[in-house]
Amino acid sequence: MTDWTTLQGDLADQGYIASDDLAMALHIAMSLGRPLLLEGDAGVGKTEVARVLAAAKEQELIRLQCYEGLDAAHAIYEWNYQRQLLAIRAAAEDGETGASVERRIFSQEFLLERPLLQAIRRAHPPVLLIDEIDRADEEFEAYLLEVLSDFQVTVPELGTLKAVSRPTVILTANGTRDLSDALRRRCVYAYVDYPDRRTELAILAKRCPEVDATLAGQIVGFVQALRKEELEKTPGIAEMLDFAAALTGLGVNDLTRDPVIFQASLATLLKTQADRAAVPVEVAERLAGKAA
Amino acid sequence: MTRVTRFAARDSGPSARVSGFLGHLREHGFRLGVSECGTALEALTHVAAQDPWEARLALRAVCTGCAEDADRFDALFDAYWMNAGRVREKAVPDGTTQPARHTHNSREDHGTRTGAAGKAHSPEGGDGEGETASEGTGKLVASKLKNLMKKDMREIVSPDDVRAAEAVARRLGQAIRDRRSRRRKAARSGPRIDLRRTIRKSLATGGEPLALARRHRPDRPVKIAALCDVSGSMMLYARPFLAFLSGLMRADPASDAYLFHTRLVRITEALRDEDPMRALNRITLLADGFGGGSKIGENLDRFARTYARRFVDGRTVVVILSDGYDSAGPDLLDDALKRLKKRGCRIVWLNPLKGWKGYEPVARGMAAALPHLDLFAAASTLDDLAALEPELVRL
Repeated sequence: MTDWTTLQGDLADQGYIASDDLAMALHIAMSLGRPLLLEGDAGVGKTEVARVLAAAKEQELIRLQCYEGLDAAHAIYEWNYQRQLLAIRAAAEDGETGASVERRIFSQEFLLERPLLQAIRRAHPPVLLIDEIDRADEEFEAYLLEVLSDFQVTVPELGTLKAVSRPTVILTANGTRDLSDALRRRCVYAYVDYPDRRTELAILAKRCPEVDATLAGQIVGFVQALRKEELEKTPGIAEMLDFAAALTGLGVNDLTRDPVIFQASLATLLKTQADRAAVPVEVAERLAGKAA
Repeated sequence: MTRVTRFAARDSGPSARVSGFLGHLREHGFRLGVSECGTALEALTHVAAQDPWEARLALRAVCTGCAEDADRFDALFDAYWMNAGRVREKAVPDGTTQPARHTHNSREDHGTRTGAAGKAHSPEGGDGEGETASEGTGKLVASKLKNLMKKDMREIVSPDDVRAAEAVARRLGQAIRDRRSRRRKAARSGPRIDLRRTIRKSLATGGEPLALARRHRPDRPVKIAALCDVSGSMMLYARPFLAFLSGLMRADPASDAYLFHTRLVRITEALRDEDPMRALNRITLLADGFGGGSKIGENLDRFARTYARRFVDGRTVVVILSDGYDSAGPDLLDDALKRLKKRGCRIVWLNPLKGWKGYEPVARGMAAALPHLDLFAAASTLDDLAALEPELVRL
């Protein structure tokens, strides 16, 4: 047994079925100490990888959710202004000199660590998840490159803070915009696709063991068929699990038996008006019939 | 196992083979630098590299960088490593094999080049295509076409035109600003207080923040990438558009310009020539095939795949100057614009025909493009372009 299959096994113990591609990319990224870039549609379990990896390795998970306009103050560090103000006032009353006040209020004590700085300052290396990097703007990408290549952060008032430990970095993107080549080149890459039938059955069995084999086969067959339809929002793994949970909650054990409940539970899979319209009752039943 | 490529005995070892493989990927359009070779080798030390499946997975993780690469990787891997037991003579070319390799390459290149040029260069062939392709554009154009084919760019555009266009381009460049910035910058006045600077200043007044520093969201200039259609059907409008392009290049150092007909040519550098007339002369040389048929979809697709990756980002406005008469189907155009749009840019299409009374965007290409456009406007003269200013401000 080699390392990457062990890793795959560890992830499976945590309830995550990783494809060979993904497990290998993760293994390589961790062995080389490089960030791992995961791309794929929404709902294929990219974010989940980081959570599960942290759990499997018993590491802390630090998450940075990206959004447009994310800046250094929210991603790296910020000064604790309120405390600084109080400290200055207190110092003025005590008659402390300007230089020593300045030294004191611009010390680590007054620094608020944001996720990126937190991640490199932990004694025990954490898993750093940078979620939806493509939502942040290019300036932030450039910051990130700097932090990820040097593993150090420079605070003008304080000097350079070096990494205490190197976090395992996982970046996710779902193609809102193209990422820069520089970032891609620095990362190990894996494309996460929708799982095949066998994998999806395994996921369902892991996550909802109460679903019996026949129904599980029907659910997976139906969801897989649904993914082939032209939909605005293709149902992901989370949706499939919700669907399964809804059906078991409603006490259904055969998809084709109760059309009313079946139609109602489609709400967990089809999440826009257009998609509901695109899959009318007959189509859904035909797909379910085929899956059965 | 028998399918694995055998390497010649005199081959210089596994690292040479891996670097040969990276070269193989590079030849197929993967963007891999020198350092990736080291990374690939290092990655292989962490897996059971003698197992083809493991080596494949490991190399895929390191060598691919986007979904397209990942798709193509398997075929390229097979071609190099699983060559059905055939002997690969040399993994890496050394000095002595260089000449042979060179001729091989140039033969290949030459082959494709003549293939492409066959359409673009030959006057008759090109002409005929241009006419049939842009059918419905009127005989007037066809008769002018021949003259212009022989004409020099300098006869189309005069220095005065360029000067006038420069002023227009500068104004338009100022008009299009990026207002979406959420990033804040220190400023004299603004809606938000800059606490960091305020605290620093307050040290001077004993912790009393008397002077409040502020921050605001600045507007940023955008880059303009202009693509001008110079196919037969567009020849009537070449004058204002070319003047506009050269004016734009002179007014705004961040902008970018391209011409397309059957091919796509980047003319940014040429147009930045100090002497505006010499600049036009230079593009005359670049743009042969001028006035031929138009392949809008194909060219935009090429643009989206190549130059756009380097020059187009979320702060770019892509300006397309074309009448939308495409000799190929609309699907390619649709895909190309979708791909371009994904880079986060805004797309403006200026169509000279739109100014015509009763014009409907019936050209199939135009109809396919409409849903992707941020602005679709008429422009056939320099004055029209200048008049677009208020619309671009709203963009």
